[in-house]
Amino acid sequence: MNLKKLLFSVVVAASLIVTGCAKKSEADSTVIKIGQFASLTGNIASFGQSSNNGTVMAIEEINAAGGVLGKQIELITEDDRSTAGEPANVVTKLIHRDQVVAVLGQVASSMSLEAAPICQTEGIPMITPASTNPEVTEKGDFIFRICFIDPFQGQVMAKFSKQNLGASKAAILTDVKQDYSVGLSNFFKQTFVELGGEIVAEQSFSSGDKDFKAQLTTIRAAEPDVIFVPAYYNEAALIALQARQLGIEQPLTGGDGWDSPLLFEIAGDAVEGCYFSNHYSQQDQSPAVQEFINKYQEKHDSVPDAMAALGYDSAYVLVDAIKRAGTTDPEALRDAIAATAGFKGVTGTITLDENRNASKPAVVLKIEGGKAVFNTTVEP
Amino acid sequence: MAWFSRHSRLALGMGLLVAGLLQMFSGYLDPYYMRILQISAINVALAVSLNLVNGYTGQFSLGHAGFMAVGSYTAAGLTKLLPEAVPFFAELQPASQQIWFLIATLLGGCAAAVCGFVVGIPSLRLRGDYLAIVTLGFGEIIRVILQSNDTLGGARGLNGIPRLTTPFACVALAVISIYICGTLVQSTYGLGFLATRDDEIAAESVGVNTTRCKVNAFVVGAFLAGLAGSLNAHLLTTINPSHFGFLKSVEIVVLVILGGMGSTYGVVIAAVVMTVGLEQLRALNDWRMVIYSLMIILFMLVRPQGVMGTLGVDKARAKTKRKPV
Repeated sequence: MNLKKLLFSVVVAASLIVTGCAKKSEADSTVIKIGQFASLTGNIASFGQSSNNGTVMAIEEINAAGGVLGKQIELITEDDRSTAGEPANVVTKLIHRDQVVAVLGQVASSMSLEAAPICQTEGIPMITPASTNPEVTEKGDFIFRICFIDPFQGQVMAKFSKQNLGASKAAILTDVKQDYSVGLSNFFKQTFVELGGEIVAEQSFSSGDKDFKAQLTTIRAAEPDVIFVPAYYNEAALIALQARQLGIEQPLTGGDGWDSPLLFEIAGDAVEGCYFSNHYSQQDQSPAVQEFINKYQEKHDSVPDAMAALGYDSAYVLVDAIKRAGTTDPEALRDAIAATAGFKGVTGTITLDENRNASKPAVVLKIEGGKAVFNTTVEP
Repeated sequence: MAWFSRHSRLALGMGLLVAGLLQMFSGYLDPYYMRILQISAINVALAVSLNLVNGYTGQFSLGHAGFMAVGSYTAAGLTKLLPEAVPFFAELQPASQQIWFLIATLLGGCAAAVCGFVVGIPSLRLRGDYLAIVTLGFGEIIRVILQSNDTLGGARGLNGIPRLTTPFACVALAVISIYICGTLVQSTYGLGFLATRDDEIAAESVGVNTTRCKVNAFVVGAFLAGLAGSLNAHLLTTINPSHFGFLKSVEIVVLVILGGMGSTYGVVIAAVVMTVGLEQLRALNDWRMVIYSLMIILFMLVRPQGVMGTLGVDKARAKTKRKPV
C-alpha cells in the first residue's frame, strides 16, 4: 500500500518534469522574439497590466505595419506575481527557453534589479519602461531605461513646491516598505533644504496600512505649507481621505506612483488641488499623444496612465533600435539602443545618456475635477 | 524508505555525489532548469527544517522567513559589504571567494541559530496558537529592523550581492538538511522531539527534557533556514526586507502541511512538486495562481494527511516501541 502511494507521488512529480522538458522551443527564423516580464497579478498588478497593455498595443501596431526587418514580432509575456524570486526565473526562461533577442520590463525597481544582472551576464539587452531606482542601469551596459530616475523626481517636486507653490515648510510622509518612496523622500528633503526650505515633520508608514490618522495628526500640528506623500496610489488615496477628515487643507504632493485611475475612484474629492509629478500628461495636445490615447481608449475602455505610455514607448524604442542595427545580434542591438537620441515618444523626447538613462523633462499635474490636469513642465 | 533510514550515511554520500555530478555537468544543462532545480533544493531545505519544528516537535512556528532573513543578511553583509570596506576581501580569487562564501553562509546559519535560541525560550511557556503569534511577531520584528537599518540598505534592500551560489551548494544543502532532520528524529536523543509532540506531560514523566527538545528543534531549524537564506540571497543577488514577510513564512508552512506534518519524505516531495509545478503552470497565464490555489485546496480535501501521510511518522513510532527512551 505504502509503496503504491510512493510510486504515485513519484509518477506525478516525474510527469510534471517531463511535460516541462517536452515543451522545447523551436527556433523559428520568420519571427523576432521579444520577451516581457510584468506583474500581471499581485499587489502592483495595476501598474503591470497598464504597462503590458501599452507594450502589447505597440507590438500589434508594428506588426500591422509590416513588422521589422521584414519579420513579425512575437511578444512573449510572463507574469512575475509581484513576488521576489520570480523575475529571475522568468527572465532565465525567456532567454534560454524562448531565446528572445531582448527583454522589456519591469515597472517596479525591486523586480528589475533581480532581472538586470541575469540579462547582463547573458548579454541580452533589457529596457525597463518605468524602474526609477538609479541602481537598475548600474548593473551593466546591456541595461537601459526610458524614464527619469528617483533623484530627479524628488528634486522636481521639491523645486515645484518651493518655487511654484511658494512653500517654505514641508512635511514628508514616507512609505518605509517601498524603496521607491524612501528614495523620493530623501531627494525631496535634500533639495528642499538646499533651496532654503524647512522640513517640519517626517512621518512614515508601511504599505498595506489603512489608518494614517496618528501620522497625519502630528503633521497637522507642525503646520506645513505642503505635504509630500511619495506613496503608491492605494495608500495615497487613503491618506488624502483621512487628511481631509482631520481638517488638513494643505495640498498633498506625490510622484508617479499616484498615477492610476484608482486614485480618483478611492479618494474622490479629497485629492482635489493636489499635485504629482509624472512621465506624461494626457492633456498634451501633440497628435502622437492624442492618437495613442484614442487608440488605447478604444481597446481598453480607460484612459492610459503613464505606465501604459512608458510600456508603449519601451517597445517602440527597442524596435527602432532593431531597425537601426539591421540585425538582432545582441551586441549590435545594445549599441543601437545606447545610440537612441531624440526619439519622439508619447512620454516626450527620449535621449539616452552615457549611463543608459533617459534624460527628459517631468510634468507636474494638478488634480482638478477628478482629473489630472497639466500644470507645468520641469526640465532636468 | 526503510532503506534510507538504515543506510542514512550512504544516502548522504550518494546525495552529495549527485550534487557534485550536477555541478560538473551544469555547463551542459539548460540554465532555466538548473535555476528551478536550485530553487527547489533551497525550498526543500526550508521545508525540511521547518518540519523539524512544526512537524516533529509539534511547535507551531510562523517565523521561518525571519530566520531566513537573518541568514541572508548576515551572509550577504559579509560577502558584499565587507569587501567594500576591507580591500583584502575584494581581491579574493574565485576559489577563495567560494571558501569565504562558505564561511559567510555558516556564520549566517549561526546568527539565525542564535535567533532560534531566543525565540525558542518563549516556547517554554507558550504552545499552539500563542507560540504561533510569538514567532509571527519575531518575523515581523526582523523585517522592520532590516527596513529601518540604512547600513543594510533599508527598504531598498541589498543589491549587487555576488552570485556565488552553485548548483552543488543548493543540492548539498538540501541533502544535508534531509540527513540532519531525518536522522535526528530517528536517534535515541531525537525521539524526545516526537515524545514532546505526542504528549508533553507523559514525556516529562519519563524523564525527557521537553524544554531542551523544543529549544534544540528551534535552533537546528533556524540554522538550516539561515543557510538556505544565504544561498537564496547569493542566487538572486538582491534581497529586500519585503521578501521575508509573513507570506514567505506561510509559503513554507504550506509546503510542510502539504507534505504531511512530520514526514520528511513527504515534505521533500511537496517542496519539489510545488516549486516545479508553479513554473509548469506558466502556460495558464492569469489563471496560474487560481489553479495553483485550487490544487492546494483540492489536495487538502482529498489527502489532509499530506503526500506521504503517516509513512515517515509510523516508522519513527515503530522504533519508539522497540527502543523506549
